[in-house]
Parts: sequence; structure tokens; C-alpha cells
Amino acid sequence: MLLAASSTLRLDANWVDYLLIALYFVFVLGIGIAARRAVSSSIDFFLSGRSLPAWVTGLAFISANLGAVEIIGMSANGAAFGIPTVHYFWIGAVPAMLFLGVVMMPFYYGSKVRSVPEFMNRRFGPAAHLVNAISFAIAQLLIAGINLYLLASIVEILLGWKLWVSLLIAAAIVLSYITLGGLSAAIYNEVLQFFVIVAALLPLTVVGLYKVGGYGGLKDQIRSTYTNAGDRLNSWPGTNITAIDNPFLSVLGLVFGLGFVLSFGYWTTNFVEVQRAMASSSISAAQRAPIIGSFPKMFIPFIVILPGMIAGVVVNELAPSAKSPNYNNALLYLMRDLLPNGMLGVAIAGLLASFMAGMAANISAFNTVWSYDLWQTYVVKDREDSYYTMVGRVATLAATLIAIGTAVFASNYTNIMNYLQTLFGFFNAPLFATFILGMFWKRMTATAGWTGLVSGTIAAVLLSIASTGVLGSLSQGWIGLSGQGASFVAAGAAFVVDIVVSVLVTAVTQPKPDSELRGLVYSLTPKKDFHDANEGSLAWYQQPTKLAAVGAVLVIILNILFW
Amino acid sequence: MTETTPRKSGRVHRAGAFDIRNFIGALIGLYGVVLVVYGIVGSSAAQLKKSDQVNINLWAGIGMVVVAGFFATWARLRPVVVPEDPEAVDHEPTSSL
Repeated sequence: MLLAASSTLRLDANWVDYLLIALYFVFVLGIGIAARRAVSSSIDFFLSGRSLPAWVTGLAFISANLGAVEIIGMSANGAAFGIPTVHYFWIGAVPAMLFLGVVMMPFYYGSKVRSVPEFMNRRFGPAAHLVNAISFAIAQLLIAGINLYLLASIVEILLGWKLWVSLLIAAAIVLSYITLGGLSAAIYNEVLQFFVIVAALLPLTVVGLYKVGGYGGLKDQIRSTYTNAGDRLNSWPGTNITAIDNPFLSVLGLVFGLGFVLSFGYWTTNFVEVQRAMASSSISAAQRAPIIGSFPKMFIPFIVILPGMIAGVVVNELAPSAKSPNYNNALLYLMRDLLPNGMLGVAIAGLLASFMAGMAANISAFNTVWSYDLWQTYVVKDREDSYYTMVGRVATLAATLIAIGTAVFASNYTNIMNYLQTLFGFFNAPLFATFILGMFWKRMTATAGWTGLVSGTIAAVLLSIASTGVLGSLSQGWIGLSGQGASFVAAGAAFVVDIVVSVLVTAVTQPKPDSELRGLVYSLTPKKDFHDANEGSLAWYQQPTKLAAVGAVLVIILNILFW
Repeated sequence: MTETTPRKSGRVHRAGAFDIRNFIGALIGLYGVVLVVYGIVGSSAAQLKKSDQVNINLWAGIGMVVVAGFFATWARLRPVVVPEDPEAVDHEPTSSL
């Protein structure tokens, strides 16, 4: 993700803006200090003592994902493609979050595992576990570095600070609040960050809409500005976003590739997200976390994509006549053009909040997987609990240092980072296939677990090498697929290959005995393990399935409204 | 559910300052106050022109004060009760918030 390195974007922040930004950081550290009092065991440090209410974990659930890629990337997509960007939310994220809450969360929470890789270990043994844990840990360090780099480059562009200064300051702040308060500090800060981000983006959107004459005015301006206005104003078939010309295949790519494989893979197996829900106080609260999160998630497009679209018509640098419009700057341009001092400070605080939320989420997920899944499982077993909390704190420090290194690397090799990120995206698709098969098919064997994962990932990598430009010059262009369309197809292939290989390998290997699979496989788990004893007496809005049904209806209505 | 049965310690602990809702309310509220004041005294003509004469600081500030009020009221009406018996608050186990 490349941001303009030009000084044309320098914002005239004054003392009020700095005051508001400083206030935000005082609160961030305050939360770290307050959360510290609550940490007395490793479960407190890594899983917040499994005690948080569902609205907190639900907001943290989406906030952990509301990082740089989401805010900058999705507003850029809004400016470049328009309405079809909503598919990332309404076909992508929301259905996957509802599915996680209703179907998969009972396995994760009910089996009392402490991480997603740990579930892998209990279901399929060490080989699959190591594949999952190591690839996840590396990906987290990489993404934390990218978030940190983006944060520092935003500060450099907007305020003119040197890159390394903001790099170190931001890293020090994240480090101090996570080392102090562990996951609780990260989660509480994510909830705070969510509101700061909304406080920054909502007024920006409202003023932008006022400027262009409401949503009707925006549509008129897009029609008079762009020749492909039809593609920009209708979500289906979304050929501009998939880069697949055939409308039917484009829809198929969106529904199966983006919706089913990529998004289900990301939201249901990515421990960064699942960890937030696992910190809940009961099974039904854990199930509700992603479901509650899906409600604000549905409306985030309105404060992220819409400003992008507005920037596309009001910002000179993004006009169709501009030489090489840099859409990643859409939000920054809009802030520069519309916001007075004061609101400008809130908006900058919101962006910083978003990037720190992303980085902190990656680091707190990394330290759990590192401490429980790698260190405790394979290196130093059977030590006292406080030892592992200490390991977690050391891991946090190490991860932050590595993230700084990654950020410096990213500032020199932006493209390589983008391709690496695409590559790590491919780990999720086969993971989802393996999990869902393993949860519902008791015969599936341990060998099938890891061979499916590995072959699925290889299939995705091969396909992206065969495509055009997905991995830069590494891609050979043997098949005529590029951009998002190619990613969807690669993910789809990973999913199918994973399933086929798993089924074939299972046929020739020995399954685990039934007695070892309680809580891990649906048919071998008593129903009561998957539900709270008092679930029947909960109000309808506290019952995961009913709440998810409401969410599903709402997201269908949104899909129809912007057809 | 709503009855306050005596539990192990015999009384209800409130989570006091560390209720995340207080943090959110306080920060958004401070933002709101600063923006309202600055919107009234600090809006130059050049700044207002950016947004077609809408005083964004003032309106966003008022909105934030209202949101802060909501969080303060919510935290007051449904205070956090520290563990032991989560049922005491409601079905919703709002312990150690």
C-alpha cells in the first residue's frame, strides 16, 4: 500500500489538534495501567480471564480488523471502484462472522482450547498444529510491521515528523500497554479506538455528503464525472472490482471466492479475531461476540467507502483527468480539504487509533500463539503459570522489535510486502476447509489434516504464479486472470484441493479413536457441551441463533438496497 | 436474576473507575467540549469556507457530548458488579468490565 510521499498533503495541524491527539494517547496508556491490576495469571494475560461481556468483545472483534488495510484500503477502493466495494463487508465479512458465531464458536470455546492452533493440535496432532501455528505467527509479525509502517508514514505525511521518530513512539506505546495489561488492555483499547475512529469518520462523511448535496448529489456527480458510472453505483455484478469481464463469473467469483472461501477462511480461523471472542464470559457470550460485531460491521462501509467515493468527485488529485491518482490517499485528501482545525485533530487521532488497533491486535495474538502453542507445547513444558505470563511479556517485546524491523523493511520494499500479504491470505482458505471438515467428519485423520493444509496452500501459490501480476514479476501470466479475480480463484482452488486431498488421504489412513474427539467433532459431542445451561432462559437478543437471524435479514436488505 | 442475593463476600463490589464505559465517555466528552468551545471561539472565515460554512467543530462537538452523556448514563444505570455472582446484575454476566 503506497501513500503519497509528497508534501502537498501536509496538514496545518495547530495546538488544538495536537491537544486532542495527546489526550487520546493519555487515555490509551491509562487503560493499560488500569488493566494491569486485573492480570494475575496467564489466562488473565492471554485471554482476559475469559471474563469480558459480549458487547466489549464484539466491538473489539471488528476493531482488531479495523486497521490500516481496512480504513485506507477500503476508502481507496471506494474512490477507485465505488459501491461494489461493499461486497467486502456484506458478502465477505458479515455472513462469515454470523457463521463463526452460530456454527464454529461452540467448538473453539466449548473445547476450552486457548488458541485456534491449539484446536488444530487436539484435532489433528502436531504436524497440522505446527503448520498452522508457525505460519500464523510469522504472518502476524509481518502485518504488525505493515500497520506500524503505515502509521509512521501517515504521521510523516500529515505532520512532517521523521519516519523513525513516529515508528519508535508508536511501537513504545503499543508495547507498554500490552506488556502491562495483556489482552485486556488490547481489547479495552480496541473498544475505545472503535469509538474514536467513528468520531473521526462520521463527521467527515456527513460534511462530505453535505458538500456534494447528499447521496443523490453524489450519484449525480459520479454520473457526470465518470464514464463507467453504472459500475460504480451498483454493487452487482461488480466486474470492475473482480476484473472478471463475464458478469456471471464475476458474481460467482464474489460469492464463492470472496464470500465463501476468503472471508470464511479469514474470519473463522484467524486467531486475531477469534481470540477476542474467546475472551468472553460464557459460550453464548462468545458466540454473540462476532454476531454483535456484525451489526456495526454492516454500517462501516458508510463511513469508509462513502468518503472514498466523495473524495473521488471533490478532490482535484483524484479526478479522472489526474495523471496518476493515488487512491490510497483518498481519506487524507478529504480531511485536508474539508476539516477545520479541531475536527482535524480528532480525525488524525482516529487514523492513529486505527493503525495502533491493528498492530496491537496482531501482537497480542502473536504472543499467545508463541507462548502457548510453540514455547509451552514444544520447548519448555510443565513450568508454573507465572513463567508463561513472563514468556508472553518477553514475546511481546520481541514481537514489537521485529515489527519495527519489518516496518523499516516495508518502507524500502513496499511491493514485496504487498505480495507477502497476498501470500499469507492464502493460508486462510485451506485452513477453513480443514477446520470445517474436521469439525463435522469424525473419520478425518491426522495425516489428512496436515496434507490437506499443505497441498491447498501450494495450489493457491501455484495458481497465483500462473496468473498475471498477483505476485508481481513472479507471476508468469499463463492464465488470463489478474487482480482480485485471480485471488478469488486461487483461494477457491486452495479450498477444493484441500477437501479433495483430505478425503483421499483419510481413505487410506487410521482415524483417531472417538474418545479423543469429544468437543472437537460435532457428532461426538453431547449437545450440552455446546450450550450454556441457562441458554433457554435468555432474552431473544441474547440467544446467538436468533440474533444472527436478525443480522442475516438486515444484511440481505442492505444488499438489495444497493443492488 | 434481579434479586441481590448475598454472595460469598456478602456485598456487591462495583468496578469503580475501571469501567471501560467511563473511559470512552470521558474521552469522547472531552473531545466534545474542546470542539464546542473551539467551534465557537476559534472558527475563522477561512476554516468555515472549507466546509461550505458548516461549523463542523460545533456540531460534531455537540454530538460527542451527547454520546458521552449516553455512556455516563449507561454506566450509572447498569454498574459493573465484580465477579462472584454474575447473575446478580442480570443474565448478562457483566463482570469485571
